[in-house]
Amino acid sequence: MNITLQVWRQDGPGVTGGFKTYQVTDVSPEMSFLEMLDLLNERLTNQGEEPVAFDHDCREGICGTCGVMINGQAHGPQLGTATCQLHMRKFQDGATIVVEPWRATGFPILRDLVVDRSAFDRIMEAGGYITVDTGSAPDANLIPVPKPVADTAFDAAACIGCGACVAACPNGAANLFTAAKVSHLNLLPQGQAERWTRTERMVEIMEEFFGSCTNHGECEKACPKSISIDFIAMMNADYVKAKFKNRRLLAQRG
Amino acid sequence: MQLDAKVPEGAIDEKWENHKFDVRLVNPNNKRKFKIIIVGTGLAGASAAATLGELGYNVEAFTFHDTARRAHSIAAQGGINAAKNYHNDGDSVFRLFYDTVKGGDYRSREANVYRLADASLAIIDQATAQGVPFAREYGGLLDNRSFGGAQVSRTFYSRGQTGQQLLLGAYSALMRQVEAGTVKVHTRAEMLDIVVKDGRAVGIVVRDLVTGEVTSHSAHAVVLATGGYSNVYYLSTNAMACNVTAIWRAHRKGAAFANPCYTQIHPTCIPASDEFQSKLTLMSESLRNDGRIWVPKNADDKRPPNQIPPEDRDYYLERIYPAFGNLVPRDVASRASKRMVDAGKGVGPLENGVYLDFATSIEREGKQTIEERYGNLFEMYNRITDENPYEVPMRIYPAPHYTMGGLWVDYNLMTTIPGLYAIGEANFSDHGANRLGASALMQGLADGYFVLPYTIGDYLADYLNTEPVPTDDPAFSEVRSEVDERVKGYLATHGSRSVDWFHKELGKIMLDQCGMSRSEAGLQKALSDIPALYEEFKSDVKVLGSDDSLNQSLERAARVEDFFELAQAMCVDALNREESCGGHFREEYQTEEGEALRDDENFTNVSAWEWSGDPANPTLNVEPLDFEYVKLTTRSYK
Repeated sequence: MNITLQVWRQDGPGVTGGFKTYQVTDVSPEMSFLEMLDLLNERLTNQGEEPVAFDHDCREGICGTCGVMINGQAHGPQLGTATCQLHMRKFQDGATIVVEPWRATGFPILRDLVVDRSAFDRIMEAGGYITVDTGSAPDANLIPVPKPVADTAFDAAACIGCGACVAACPNGAANLFTAAKVSHLNLLPQGQAERWTRTERMVEIMEEFFGSCTNHGECEKACPKSISIDFIAMMNADYVKAKFKNRRLLAQRG
Repeated sequence: MQLDAKVPEGAIDEKWENHKFDVRLVNPNNKRKFKIIIVGTGLAGASAAATLGELGYNVEAFTFHDTARRAHSIAAQGGINAAKNYHNDGDSVFRLFYDTVKGGDYRSREANVYRLADASLAIIDQATAQGVPFAREYGGLLDNRSFGGAQVSRTFYSRGQTGQQLLLGAYSALMRQVEAGTVKVHTRAEMLDIVVKDGRAVGIVVRDLVTGEVTSHSAHAVVLATGGYSNVYYLSTNAMACNVTAIWRAHRKGAAFANPCYTQIHPTCIPASDEFQSKLTLMSESLRNDGRIWVPKNADDKRPPNQIPPEDRDYYLERIYPAFGNLVPRDVASRASKRMVDAGKGVGPLENGVYLDFATSIEREGKQTIEERYGNLFEMYNRITDENPYEVPMRIYPAPHYTMGGLWVDYNLMTTIPGLYAIGEANFSDHGANRLGASALMQGLADGYFVLPYTIGDYLADYLNTEPVPTDDPAFSEVRSEVDERVKGYLATHGSRSVDWFHKELGKIMLDQCGMSRSEAGLQKALSDIPALYEEFKSDVKVLGSDDSLNQSLERAARVEDFFELAQAMCVDALNREESCGGHFREEYQTEEGEALRDDENFTNVSAWEWSGDPANPTLNVEPLDFEYVKLTTRSYK
């Protein structure tokens, strides 16, 4: 296959970038999208041009490191697929493909296709955990968890933290990411003690970095793990409840 | 070099208890006076950092990823072993200990393995309390499945993503400590060397991958949790960035490297599809429960698999190993596949695979049952190969997957450099010559949650009320300028070939000569080819760009250079170990049927190599292994 790539090149944070066009010839349809970028980089290096920087690691769709906008779609055209698992056979021979970094104010560009997603860590620090010091846990079978509850918690926990939801959102909102994290813990019996403080804090830190959700649903379509926006509804409901519950708890303490 | 394993006295089930009482403690108010550096934030690193933070130590964690949650532990699929005996099938700590020692082909340290089996119980409790969504039965209690090398069901799992869920659990505990202010996480920060002063580890030198700035960090102790080195083969199931640099640099500074030749080749991976293949994807070993492995009897048979009648197929595992059939251990299955492909019977466009066929199971159990068991794996296979495994047999081939070798550590997990610890896959201690499935997660978390936090206090106690060595000390500035020079050196070479080209060539040599099977002639050849290629690398590598910005080729250049040295140590070790055991198969040492032949008289020991300045001539130190509780026998799966 022969492909025309229009790739966003940018030398560093805060520097003006722009698209550059590259012809990539002799692409095998068996290649993954990232292997096609490897091929481009190998050729650029040989020609003396600096290779395109892009984030990637496990290349099996689980680490969440990779992700670019492909023809305006986060992770490209295939549903439920991270960029590393997208193969060139999904494209036509002779196609022009536009490759951009995640587009979101919450993810500043570091170089070329690499962005800074550290705001996700800030959200997690705000409450994405259950407080249990090492060694203090009771026997694992002490608290039965109904299978449907465990399964739903898992569906939320499957989030790989890639940021496609934010990149796909017209508002640059991180509600699907945050909701997946909040719901995973809020659904489980172990997560109940901190349910309301967790929800309030994580949502409010999220709002510091990202836009607001207006229910477009683009995030669910872009998510490589197809995480449902139902979790956003659950988070919103918990957030409203948290506003009352946390105030009442405060009053009791006072 | 004096190797003292510091194994405590007493019966095997009392050693750890005794030791915990004997080691010195640091009182809670004093813990904050100690600074500990942890490199790597996978299962071992994140769990250690979180736990040490909870205890009150002042922890700094470093990862080259953009967040602590990306480490390759995340890709582990199958599960984690624990001797909970929830299924009342006769499991016990002793049985898990026994299976692990036997599975490791009697080349691990009994006391360490027993402690690991013991810690497995608390790991499941801890992870469950953190909210790790393990699979459950309808009554709400935890489910288990069975795995290779065991006759009990003791593997806890979260669908096919157990590593991801356990890592997210450890990561969340780490994030809690970041919020609490006990741990500081440095992201996109790669450790490029370790600093040793007066024989002790006192800090590390780190390069910021975004700005290129090289900085020094000092501490009372340094912990390496930087994973394994399968990427020396270039094509492996490891993530692209996995590398040996942290432990190799420690080795060059005096830490002994144990059993570098012990590597595990996983039998069920998707074969490479073209020359641009960048990594191999593993398909869970559980597939061998229902899939039958075969190749055409006749090497010239090029018919599509469904047109080859049963009489023209060779179900070779069932033929050679009638008792275990398709469920022989990983090393045995891998070597058998290699023999078939080497004999020209490989299948697929590149003739580099064997079939894993589900037709019999689908006929027997129905497509729906198979889909329930393996649906996500079949989907993944289809995504990668564009073939439908419900209709066409899968193609699989072995791929490097895990490295049992690593830095030598004593019972306290301390390396031969005082103050330097190695945990998780980065050390050598628990898996001997072969790791059983679902034991890697167990070891990473045991080391991080339950072993290191106890043992590190014993070392620190001596340094109460001392300050870490200041980073303007000459010991730091020397290493910092070495690192700086090294980094600038790659940019100044102006050669003609990319870093990846060298890495691929090195990988080919290693896979051919020091992979699934090794021979004296092959290893000798590798030991002359590798230095030649390394010389070429030094004079002809081409790295563009600058050292003061994000430069991924530059990052890789330093990692590949360390692989060149490690590769030589692996070949030297493989040459020295004149026996076959576990993942190490020397063609000269096999039974008449082609099975591994151990030499217990001469090689019931650990080879701990000491850096001599010449990567091809390290100095050998030997730690003898005593087996008091497990009797050495020949593994037979026929």
